[in-house]
Amino acid sequence: MKLYIPPQIPRLAIAFAAFISLFLVARHFLVPDTFGKYGPYRAAAMDDYAALEIHYSGQEACFECHQNIEDLKKTDVHSELHCETCHGPGQKHVLSSLPADILKPTGREFCGKCHILNAAKQKDAINQIDLTKHNIGKNCIECHNPHQPWEMKK
Amino acid sequence: MEQHYQNLYDILAHSQGYIFPNEIDLQWGILIVIYPFITGLVAGAFILASLERVFKVKILKPTYQIALLTALSFLLVATMPLISHLSQPQRAYEIMITPHSSSAMAIFGFVYLWYLTVVLLLEIWFDYRKSMVVWSNERKGVMKWVYKILSLGVSDISPKAVKWDRKLGYIITVVGIPSAFILHGYVGFIFGSIKANPWWSTPLMPIIFLFSAMVSGIALVMMVYMIISYIRKKSIDVNVLDSIGKFLFFVLILDFTLEALDQIHRIYVAEESFEIIKLLVSGKLYLTLFVSQGLIGTLIPLITLAFLQFYKHQIKLRKSMYFIVSMLVLIGVYSMRWNVVIGGQLFSKSFSGFTSFKVGLIGLDGTLMAAFWLILPIAILSFLLWLLPPWKMVEEED
Amino acid sequence: MSQSASTMGNEKVTSSRRNFLKTAATLTVATVGYSWLKSSQILVYAAEPKDVTLPWYGIAIDIKKCIACGSCAKACKSENDVPKEPFFFRNWVEQYTVKNDGSVDIVSPNGGIDGFVQRVPDEEIFKSFFVPKMCNHCAKSPCEQVCPVGATFLSPEGVVLVDEKYCIGCRYCVQACPYGCRFIHPVKKVANKCTLCYHRLKKNLAPACMEVCPTGARMYGNLRDKNSDLVKFLKEHTTQVLRANLNTGAKLYYNELSSEVR
Repeated sequence: MKLYIPPQIPRLAIAFAAFISLFLVARHFLVPDTFGKYGPYRAAAMDDYAALEIHYSGQEACFECHQNIEDLKKTDVHSELHCETCHGPGQKHVLSSLPADILKPTGREFCGKCHILNAAKQKDAINQIDLTKHNIGKNCIECHNPHQPWEMKK
Repeated sequence: MEQHYQNLYDILAHSQGYIFPNEIDLQWGILIVIYPFITGLVAGAFILASLERVFKVKILKPTYQIALLTALSFLLVATMPLISHLSQPQRAYEIMITPHSSSAMAIFGFVYLWYLTVVLLLEIWFDYRKSMVVWSNERKGVMKWVYKILSLGVSDISPKAVKWDRKLGYIITVVGIPSAFILHGYVGFIFGSIKANPWWSTPLMPIIFLFSAMVSGIALVMMVYMIISYIRKKSIDVNVLDSIGKFLFFVLILDFTLEALDQIHRIYVAEESFEIIKLLVSGKLYLTLFVSQGLIGTLIPLITLAFLQFYKHQIKLRKSMYFIVSMLVLIGVYSMRWNVVIGGQLFSKSFSGFTSFKVGLIGLDGTLMAAFWLILPIAILSFLLWLLPPWKMVEEED
Repeated sequence: MSQSASTMGNEKVTSSRRNFLKTAATLTVATVGYSWLKSSQILVYAAEPKDVTLPWYGIAIDIKKCIACGSCAKACKSENDVPKEPFFFRNWVEQYTVKNDGSVDIVSPNGGIDGFVQRVPDEEIFKSFFVPKMCNHCAKSPCEQVCPVGATFLSPEGVVLVDEKYCIGCRYCVQACPYGCRFIHPVKKVANKCTLCYHRLKKNLAPACMEVCPTGARMYGNLRDKNSDLVKFLKEHTTQVLRANLNTGAKLYYNELSSEVR
């Protein structure tokens, strides 16, 4: 007894098979190369990140030229403060050595960002100043050397 | 860009309490509201069609092909709101070639393809094959070839082959019912599995989505059947409406029960997110939840349908009531999608504040785009009804 | 055995059809099989054994030390090409003020970049503190779990990264992150978040936020190295992670985290 195959089935099977094969072939070409190397992601993405430029150099880079500042800073309360916290991103300046490529911030508001009196700051975390009372109108660095804050200037 | 930032500044000015700084901009907008709405219509329409086929509810026969073609028209458009909302739509193919197996959204591509090809297209094909062969023999010119290609060149319409059409169609319909459940249930799972968002995170979410989908699909088929009959100047069989209305009534009760259960549980258990959700529901979501979804979309249709189960009025009034009920139900289900998608993003994950939602009119993410995706299926349905008219099908000889 | 011409013809047609089907089936199986082999690479490494020679990065933040100068949030934007507008932050600082009447006031003006001004008078304050926030680089990251295409992933060093060339911008990860640390970059139009300055880690430099923190409130290190400052800090202090109930495997440990913080 010959098995009766309804005429629709082979035609449909071919249509589906063709569709699936096309999909698999397209997939073969579309999946990125490094996909799956370490996990279900494109491993080259990590290299993309690693290749990004840095903007902050880290203070070791600053000390290579500014040895005197390093020595000064070590003696006072700003010793743990990294250069770029105040001076901003330094990589451009490290590469060009131009003074214009780095910030030299001044102003009460700038120092105040850390030092302004705020009940939420722990007393032992930082010295706090009430900017509405302390030497109003004067720039902080008129008296305090930012690299040696307790050595008052004359 | 400036305009975008200006909008964000406005929203920032209107935010209440504390929100995480990144939460100002709502991520999923109106397009993600209409996506589950559309797939819900598909699943619901299909399940109504299966009632006739699998459970042999003969009275629904006039709506069978209409339901299938409606489902197909909406399914063809279903991916478009998703793709148009992506910020990199040209990369949308990646979801098909490297689906991340732990992501519910990745399943979408394959569930959709499965449902489109193996379930919907095949079922329509088996149902129409004999008619398509007859039409390709009757017509001349382009249409002859169109029908020939559509029937994949299988021109055998002997009783044995046609019997196999019916058998295979039946198998596909049976397979299609769980497939429809998965097609829409997974959308609920996409929301329900986000543990970070307490408005979404509940195991009931896939089931709630599914039942409201069934409600919307049934209501849509009822409406489409009435509109088509009106356009064709054929009388609407009120027994069909009564039958669909009965299914709509029972499924609506189930849907309401599930959604009520979700809320009652949330209120009773009162977990940490309850305080902010209470504010959300009584504030920003009040109109869309209680008035639009609850009153207009659920309570009034329930009362009307209950009434119609017992008192069969004069036919003309009954038809109008069914039409209005379907429309209200559709509004209610759309509001439900809105409440889930938008509501879940209005409150902050800090549980301490709210942002606000400004719907843009233009742009790929705007209201006009959403309206377009909702109107397009109607155009497709009109085309399909012209190409494969259910009332011109070649009847069975038994 | 005699056969009529028509049945012999049928058999010939049937056998050539059968051959065709056989060939088609073989080709299909071959294509499917080959593609399956190529993709199974993914499945085979899904149970990835971690390379223990690489560092496994963790983070610690000491709430006691944070003075909310905003240097971290500012440096992050400069280092990582994030727009300056107040809607996109890879990290930010929050201020919590618990008042005497029990209410909690939380603010983060421009993510804390411009510093904070005290808004509540001293006499109304029960307690007040700052909480720096950033990506927790979760070991069981929900954002990584939901990405549909594999654009967000946990690197072998334990850093959660976004593949900017692969992300399709579906925003599922932004929804899934319980900490609110993700956003869609307005120019690049892909998901963006703290990368623990991966590009700096690879050059043995500290992440920008940690480089500039004046009080050392932010720390990072290798959780596998028992002698690292980070591990010693974890040992000596009582630490908590945010949203521990969600089991995200967060690797950002807070010292002195108060119960009001989400």
